[in-house]
Amino acid sequence: MSAPLLGQGIIKGLVETARNFIGSYVNKDRLVTVQYPEERLPQQEAARNFPFLVYDGDDSQKGLRCVACLICEKECPPQCIYIVKDTVRKPDATGKLQFQPKVFDIDTSVCMSCQVCVEVCPFDAIKMDVEYELSTGDRFGSLLLRKAQLAKANQYYHKIHPAEAAEVDARLGAEKARAEAKAKAAAAAKPAAGAKPV
Amino acid sequence: MIATPESSQYELRPKRLADGSVQGDLLEVSMGPQHPSTHGVFRMDVVLDGERVVKLKPVFGYLHRNHEKIGENTTYLGSMPYTDRLDYFCSLTNNWAYALAVEKLAGLQPPERAEYIRVIAAELTRLQNHISLVGFLLQDMGAMGTPLMYAFREREKILDLFESLTGARMMCNYMRFGGCRCDLPPGWLEQARQVADEFPRFLDEFEALLSENEILLSRTQGVGVLSRELAVNASITGPMLRASGVNYDIRKVDKYGIYDRFSFRVPLGEHGDVYDRYMVRILEMRESLKILQAALREIPEGLILDPKAKLRGFRPKPGEVYGRIEAPKGELGFYLISDGSPKPYRYRVRPPSFINLTILEDLCLGHHVADVVIILGSVDIVMGEVDR
Repeated sequence: MSAPLLGQGIIKGLVETARNFIGSYVNKDRLVTVQYPEERLPQQEAARNFPFLVYDGDDSQKGLRCVACLICEKECPPQCIYIVKDTVRKPDATGKLQFQPKVFDIDTSVCMSCQVCVEVCPFDAIKMDVEYELSTGDRFGSLLLRKAQLAKANQYYHKIHPAEAAEVDARLGAEKARAEAKAKAAAAAKPAAGAKPV
Repeated sequence: MIATPESSQYELRPKRLADGSVQGDLLEVSMGPQHPSTHGVFRMDVVLDGERVVKLKPVFGYLHRNHEKIGENTTYLGSMPYTDRLDYFCSLTNNWAYALAVEKLAGLQPPERAEYIRVIAAELTRLQNHISLVGFLLQDMGAMGTPLMYAFREREKILDLFESLTGARMMCNYMRFGGCRCDLPPGWLEQARQVADEFPRFLDEFEALLSENEILLSRTQGVGVLSRELAVNASITGPMLRASGVNYDIRKVDKYGIYDRFSFRVPLGEHGDVYDRYMVRILEMRESLKILQAALREIPEGLILDPKAKLRGFRPKPGEVYGRIEAPKGELGFYLISDGSPKPYRYRVRPPSFINLTILEDLCLGHHVADVVIILGSVDIVMGEVDR
């Protein structure tokens, strides 16, 4: 291939740069930057960062959906979850006696936001948060989130993932209704079928 | 040509050749691992005679993090998020390669819709990998900032698509054995179509910017020539192999997934130099767009996960399997041995950029030290994958 005029390619490229430069004043497509702390892009529904624990009702500790079944601890690929199961059953938000975690820690300096804990949780108790401004002053203590810091209300879950939360609520409601119907039908049979954690 | 130093201790004094002529001082330079042109923590021990490269020894392992051993110690599902971190530019194709291997092992068949989603995700990944590679390559060449920023502007649109689909921009962790994790969010297909429709305009612009630039041509043509024979013997794969004129694309050879339904051409280079490697990638993006547009047009409704697939307590039958796909950088393969337990007995990755890197010395010998940077850039390495 023979260039007809030396430097033509360079000029062609510069014209392109000029088009982008001038275009950035008139065309929204060419000016894509966002002035971050003042201006923020809307959060995506699917966005995920670190996990949190969902609670129902008003009490953030009693109302936890988590029943300390330890599945997430076992499945977590980087092993960042640490759970100690309580020895006695306590009433949860609906008043049903459940095991609850005595300790539930997530080390966010180890967590890789993979969402495996959310997928394996059979109780819809752990979900992904979208909070992203999480810098702390030290490397260890503040990045280890305790149960009290992790517990967040179901309303908050509805706020950050509306479609997903509605689906979860519908599913839990249906399960509950089914369980109640079953319990009513077999009133004499042994109570609390299906409460056995794996 | 020039005598290479016999021992590992390079002599730093004039070297007398057999014919009595005196060579200049040989100088050993350690390039990297913090140098921005080395694409991560990669170091090269370069022995220079003046400006010319006499010997080059790649040194890697700075980013080694036991990927394969971790794979043997976590469940099959637990390795999926780790595969994101192999080639962190193309997590979706890594997911696919691993899912393909496990699906072969367990005899799962992803539903139609999941296959289409996979093709769409993989081609988007290819687009954003190639566009950022080309941007980085031009940056290495001295086209400071402009092409890279234009490339990243387009890449951002694709990353936004990934975020609304998978929840993460880079560490997607999206595919599962027997399908995908979640269905497309509402309106995603329209967004993807819009990106696919606008991309060719950007490619035209990008090519007008630099493809005919005289400086680019003289910097790249005839530099780092990889011969057909060496490419095949060194088991080079991907765009680098095709730039040397070997027609080998696993999407055509294996027809994995549903690639037999799409018509696309495999762009081939002629000379195997840096320019061909650059051009093959540009042309490959145009072919990817064809696949992408066809897939976005034809995607059916339906399930996204094989109903037989199990998330927890997944135990494939004993056996061994090798699953491979055409990742943007070349053949990405996962070799798994199952002993029937929830963890693989052996988990091995065939990383394309690691194997493509092995011939770096052959490409660089006799070239200027400034060319080493662009030759390395044209190989397209990601240290996450090389060191694993």
